[in-house]
Amino acid sequence: MKIGVVTFPGTLDDRDAARAVNHAGGQAVALWHNDADLRGVDAVILPGGFSYGDYLRCGAISRFSPVMEPIIKAALDGMPLLGICNGFQVLAEAHLIPGALTRNHELHFLCRDQKLTIENTNKAWTSSFTHGQEILIPLKNGEGAYMCDDNTLAMLEGEGRIIARYVGENPNGSRNLIAGITNERGNIVGLMPHPEHAIDSLTGPSADGLGFFTSVLNSFLAGSVK
Amino acid sequence: MSLDTVAKAQENPDASQPFAELGLKPDEYARIKEILGRRPTSSELAMYSVMWSEHCSYKSSKVHLKQFGEKAVKTDALLVGIGENAGVVDVGQGYAVTFKIESHNHPSFIEPYQGAATGVGGIVRDILTMGARPIAVMDPLRFGPADAADTRRVLPGIVAGVGGYGNCLGLPNIGGEVVFDETYLGNPLVNALCVGVMKHSDIKLAKAAGAGNLVVLYGAKTGGDGIGGVSVLASETFESKGPAKRPAVQVGDPFVEKVLIECSLEIFAEDLVVGIQDLGGAGLSCATSELASGGSGGMKVQLDKVPLRDPSLSPEEILMSESQERMCAIVEPSKIDRFLEICEKWDVTVTVIGEVTDGNHLEITWNDELIVDVPPRTVAHDGPVYNRPLAQPAYIDAVAKEVINVPLPTTAVEITSTVLKLAATPNLADKSWVTDQYDRYVQGNTIQSQPDDSGMVRIDEKTHLGVAVATDANANWSYLNPYEGAKLALAEAARNIATAGAKPLAVTNCLNFGSPEDPGVMWQFAESVRGLADGCLEMGLPVTGGNVSFYNQTGSVAILPTPVIGVLGVIDDVRTRTPMSFDRAGLDLYLLGETHSDLAGSEWAYLHNQRGGVAPVADLQREMRLIEFLVAGRTKKIFAAAHDLSQGGLAATLTEMVLRHNIGATVQLDNVGLMLLSETPGRVVVAIDPSQSAALTQEAPAQKIALTKIGVTGGDSLVINDAKISLTELRQAHTSTFKKLFG
Repeated sequence: MKIGVVTFPGTLDDRDAARAVNHAGGQAVALWHNDADLRGVDAVILPGGFSYGDYLRCGAISRFSPVMEPIIKAALDGMPLLGICNGFQVLAEAHLIPGALTRNHELHFLCRDQKLTIENTNKAWTSSFTHGQEILIPLKNGEGAYMCDDNTLAMLEGEGRIIARYVGENPNGSRNLIAGITNERGNIVGLMPHPEHAIDSLTGPSADGLGFFTSVLNSFLAGSVK
Repeated sequence: MSLDTVAKAQENPDASQPFAELGLKPDEYARIKEILGRRPTSSELAMYSVMWSEHCSYKSSKVHLKQFGEKAVKTDALLVGIGENAGVVDVGQGYAVTFKIESHNHPSFIEPYQGAATGVGGIVRDILTMGARPIAVMDPLRFGPADAADTRRVLPGIVAGVGGYGNCLGLPNIGGEVVFDETYLGNPLVNALCVGVMKHSDIKLAKAAGAGNLVVLYGAKTGGDGIGGVSVLASETFESKGPAKRPAVQVGDPFVEKVLIECSLEIFAEDLVVGIQDLGGAGLSCATSELASGGSGGMKVQLDKVPLRDPSLSPEEILMSESQERMCAIVEPSKIDRFLEICEKWDVTVTVIGEVTDGNHLEITWNDELIVDVPPRTVAHDGPVYNRPLAQPAYIDAVAKEVINVPLPTTAVEITSTVLKLAATPNLADKSWVTDQYDRYVQGNTIQSQPDDSGMVRIDEKTHLGVAVATDANANWSYLNPYEGAKLALAEAARNIATAGAKPLAVTNCLNFGSPEDPGVMWQFAESVRGLADGCLEMGLPVTGGNVSFYNQTGSVAILPTPVIGVLGVIDDVRTRTPMSFDRAGLDLYLLGETHSDLAGSEWAYLHNQRGGVAPVADLQREMRLIEFLVAGRTKKIFAAAHDLSQGGLAATLTEMVLRHNIGATVQLDNVGLMLLSETPGRVVVAIDPSQSAALTQEAPAQKIALTKIGVTGGDSLVINDAKISLTELRQAHTSTFKKLFG
């Protein structure tokens, strides 16, 4: 399975995401922001970083990159798409998922090992986990507070679209401790913490993050992803 | 203002010039006239003023720094030595590593966020300029008292600046220091270290060789920020009165630098440059004169071609501007098209501003009029050299006579309160409030970061080769005895590499001192350099480069002498490193090294307002045996954990070890007060599986290393003799200090 990893100007975790994909047994393919070509990939990851320096708003400029056009089209058609951190912000700016990411409630960048519970395991990016499984992966962001209106929140909760939730003290002020959500169809996931930094316990706090990447590979092999 | 040209300088030889306002002394100005055989043009004066500043020319330190060359060990590991942008060492498997530390002290006091941010940006460009991919940063920081009002202004801004810039570049921050002392109140220290890695064949140098080759400026446009940063800001003592110096601080844009890094690495990979130099202190003045004098001849530059952020800038200002995120490359004409193409791919502004020439002239024109015509070497390398008067300050003998008189705990209650007090004191308290604002995970190769003894990154995913870096300074010891203080800092940094099992390989330094015009400060400096040079020679470690920061002084109050020493080490397999602490019960704890009555300069003495006494004498032979033992013990898998003893002594080391994985320990100590609080150098606590005790007890004495069994791991408390401190209480003390102070 080929998984595209997009590099925007200012993207930082692209090599990490590619390493995670390869480590999980997939084949990472580099995609360039200015090239509207998906190179035949079966899924796409928008990695973390500060694309376009986070100018205007995080992700606001990247969503208009040439590569985003075919990505949006394919994702609306069911292609698995994972936005991590800055990638989550791009997904929100592109209205592929509801809500917005705002400044952390303590107003500074926070990097720490974060416990999460996986709340939905039926989807493309989380099928390797068990429901309610607690995992430990790095969280690192300055604008990671998930915000949405009450109706949207009720809808996300009601439809089981909250993929992962923070455990313990709220690290950034996200509503309902939301760490990650999915679209209605379940193929697009936005996730604030960084599974690509937790693929082995040598360089990360655990190997728990690998599950996101094996999930999409398994879904692909099972034929549930086209 | 009309344009001052070379022709006008010849016509009006006696026009008065504002050399003093630019930081030049009358005799320096006279020397410039002598070199040129006429008065300098205003542009030439601008160039000489920044390049001959203390910050750029090392005019007060040169005569001392040459010891690093004279006393240097001969080693094949050193691929590029002092004088280039950063030194380069061979770490095996075809890899070369470059690392360097620099200060950005003065700007960070004036404008904490931007000062610290551009400090990171500058050192990263130095590393990039060598042809390396930057792979990690570290930041040793020093502040006034933790509860001082100005520290609350300065510290959060500096921490946010270090994080804001480094995080956005995608560089893991793998360590550093945060130390408080009242002498840093008006002069906080922001030192920034960067490590980069490349293949041997990729090393780049700052030289402009080959007549007809093009001079290319790429990166950010030039603005009016940081004008005179090195001269009017970094090379003068702060006074309480006087004009605001904020305009002399640069403003950084990390996004532009990130793109510049990737763009440059792509350019290097295709071998498109002959020479390269970043624009840091002294901006274009520095880059053009250093490239030209490092090459074969001269250079012609059309200054009006420089892309400007502010079109009203004068030629003098353009030459002095320290706008960030700019690089200057020398490119063969046949390769320029590809160079421009790569810049376009990354949306990087690029302009050909001149060409390399034969001869010995750096000629700069402005709209075809000649405004600079100088021998480039006279600007870049032939600056003034001062053998400044030095004299041992009177305090040295006075403090040596003082006897440290502090209470030493004996009862359980006293032991508990002492350990808790040290755990919570700002110099020893948990620094997560700071380090959690730095990304330590990006690039996916971080093996160790704060609070480990050293930072460690993997440089090859297949072979598991890695490097470790530690920085240390003990200003309290340097104050009592600058010669020994520098050696002790070197030993500590090397030990911090070795506890993980890495082998120390090379040294960099950032020497932070008060005003060189004070003979006492100059003596502190000279003694520190002598100590470091002697220490490096004895330990067989080359000094690969460094930085001097003088004038860290407000009025007559100088900072404590603060030579920050960085040591780089190599480890052949990062998977086998010895961790800093134990994660299970049932291990035996041993103390390696002897403990003497070394309370002078200790944290415990500092907490009792005692600054005097006699600093320990560095025993580097013993340190080297200890290092060898730690490295060998790692390969023989003797150690389950190893952690250095430094500030706060055994009390601090045990606190950090038990809290790391929340596994307690029970220790039994004779002469408990001194054992907990003395800071005798050359000591390490190790944890071993009991099955390794034979190996340990045989090999330590063979290496003439004192060995004391002090206890075992396990439980939910730190038990010291009759005192039982719950880990919950200890953690509360250790982790609440910074939150309380800085929110």
